[in-house]
Amino acid sequence: MTAMQPGGQRDEVEMLSLMLLIRRFEERASQQYQAQKIGGFCHLYIGQEAVVTGAVAAVRDDDYIITAYRDHAHALARGTSADACMAELFGKETGCSRGLGGSMHFFDRRNHMYGGHAIVAAHVPLAVGMAFAIKYRGEDRVTLCFFGDGAINQGAFHEALNLAALYKLPIVFICENNLFAMGTSVKRSTSLKQIVDRTEGYDIPGEIVDGMNFREVRDKIVEVVDSIRKEPHPAFLEARTYRYRGHSMSDPASYRTKEELEKYRLDDPITRLRAQLTREEKLTNEQFDRLDKQAKETVLAAVKFAEESPQPPLEKLYDYTYADGAKP
Amino acid sequence: MREITYRQALNEALAEEIERDPNVFFMGEEVAEYQGAYKVSQGLLQRFGPRRIIDTPISENGFAGLGVGAAMVGLRPIIEFMTFSFSLVAFDQVVNNAPNMFTMSGGQLNIPITFRGPNGPVHQLGATHSHATENFYASVPGLKVCAPATPRDAKGLLKTAVRDDNPVLVLEAELLYSSKGMVEPPDKELLILLGKADVKREGSDVSIICYAQTVPLALKVAAQLEEEDISAEIVDLRSIKPLDEKTIFDSVTKTHRVVIAEQDHPFCGVGAEVCYRIQKNIFDALDAPIIRVSQEDVPMPYNERLEHAVLPNAEKLIAAVKQVCYA
Repeated sequence: MTAMQPGGQRDEVEMLSLMLLIRRFEERASQQYQAQKIGGFCHLYIGQEAVVTGAVAAVRDDDYIITAYRDHAHALARGTSADACMAELFGKETGCSRGLGGSMHFFDRRNHMYGGHAIVAAHVPLAVGMAFAIKYRGEDRVTLCFFGDGAINQGAFHEALNLAALYKLPIVFICENNLFAMGTSVKRSTSLKQIVDRTEGYDIPGEIVDGMNFREVRDKIVEVVDSIRKEPHPAFLEARTYRYRGHSMSDPASYRTKEELEKYRLDDPITRLRAQLTREEKLTNEQFDRLDKQAKETVLAAVKFAEESPQPPLEKLYDYTYADGAKP
Repeated sequence: MREITYRQALNEALAEEIERDPNVFFMGEEVAEYQGAYKVSQGLLQRFGPRRIIDTPISENGFAGLGVGAAMVGLRPIIEFMTFSFSLVAFDQVVNNAPNMFTMSGGQLNIPITFRGPNGPVHQLGATHSHATENFYASVPGLKVCAPATPRDAKGLLKTAVRDDNPVLVLEAELLYSSKGMVEPPDKELLILLGKADVKREGSDVSIICYAQTVPLALKVAAQLEEEDISAEIVDLRSIKPLDEKTIFDSVTKTHRVVIAEQDHPFCGVGAEVCYRIQKNIFDALDAPIIRVSQEDVPMPYNERLEHAVLPNAEKLIAAVKQVCYA
């Protein structure tokens, strides 16, 4: 998946298999967290898979992506190996951030995945800076900046949107609206009926997409990114989605009903893409089962890899503070 | 060598680095069309154009973060804070994003960014506009912090900061912008290493350790003390982090008495760290307890007489020197 491919041309069966990998990775991460193999905070992406896979399918491999702390899927979608992702959760030296970042700070520069940022909305100005660099160098890349619905009430978000609009920067702001900022419903946090309306104040075009529908997300982003590559400008998408699990591993999600969760589960993004492909005779049940089995095996192998990987050496404790090895 | 102002020295450093490296751009409030709130960027827009010299809205958090993001993908931003008092609005970007990125990414992303602007108390601006931020920022792993006192140091340190592969804060001083000093001609490259203190005046009885605005104060005091037969050595730290222990220890080993003149607050101030390192490493060299002269531990009052009482001033510094010299 590291080879350069034009936007929107990714094979859909391959993308379904990526969604399965993300789902199985997160389920296994949950289990390993409960087994205390993983420390700190751990935020799972289960239920939201169509958003990042749709987005990644719509852009080139050299476009920049950056996200918040629910970031495992974004790294996997960009081609970071399940091994490197699981090893990071285990805090091992073979992790995608050498075991120094953890669940909330996944980085993979080679695959243009720029984090993994854990202060809500603090990475939105960073994304604008990455888009600034694209325009400064006269490139035709775009930056995709993911964040949750909780980010839209932070000052950094507003300052960043204004700067992006003012300087006409090539960036797509993708709000993964899963209806809850931790345990606070959007209805209790946001003065607007629709999140997307925030963008009117910055003269940034905004649209709503069904974040449970891979094809809708992909097609909308293809359209938006085409327009941005012709003439740089910011755009905003509110992807309506749902996380099946709590905010983090410690959250039983008692602020919502079982009925609500079940309603969204019926609309599962993996089931939906599978049904579409099956109906169109692009996928058989046997094929699907094989893909799922592969995903499970890849993730099991990743756990083994993480278990067996070395700890970051104590002697290197001071090696990652200053790029030139300066000692204060 | 020729005599120029601290302001001109900074302006030359900016121009030379923007000219030298196409990845360097300069951004901040009023830096372009207005020519800089303190005219440090005078003429840069005309010379380099709006692609390289960029005005921002009043959004410190936003544009400081923009700079960090641009640095993540290889540009080398210079971000001006109109004053470092305003950098507090961008604290999250300066403290949480810029210095943590290299560690959090396991060494994949370094952040070659320079944050610069005036720092420290000025004159009757009151509590919100008088912050000396050096001790906040120097306490953060991953940041480098310097505070030049002379035009030559200002130019050499700023140029080095821009070329450094880490986030560096260049804490200037508004009260020094019009001060003059000898600086190498523009055709002679001037780079001053971070982490190198400078003995601005040699002496034998007491070491006055200072930086930024307290350097001219200490030099003035040293001249007065000379008349009373007290010979003061003036050690200008120039760089707060990294800290040049060797130059400090060499001076203290010679004079055996220390006064630290700092422009920040006393509680957890820069002088506290310097004191700790002296007593830990060369305890036997000391003939008297170290005294720190800093701001008083109060928010800055507007009233001129009270402001003078809060600041490190000549009377306090002379009294401190006499106390450590038992004079």
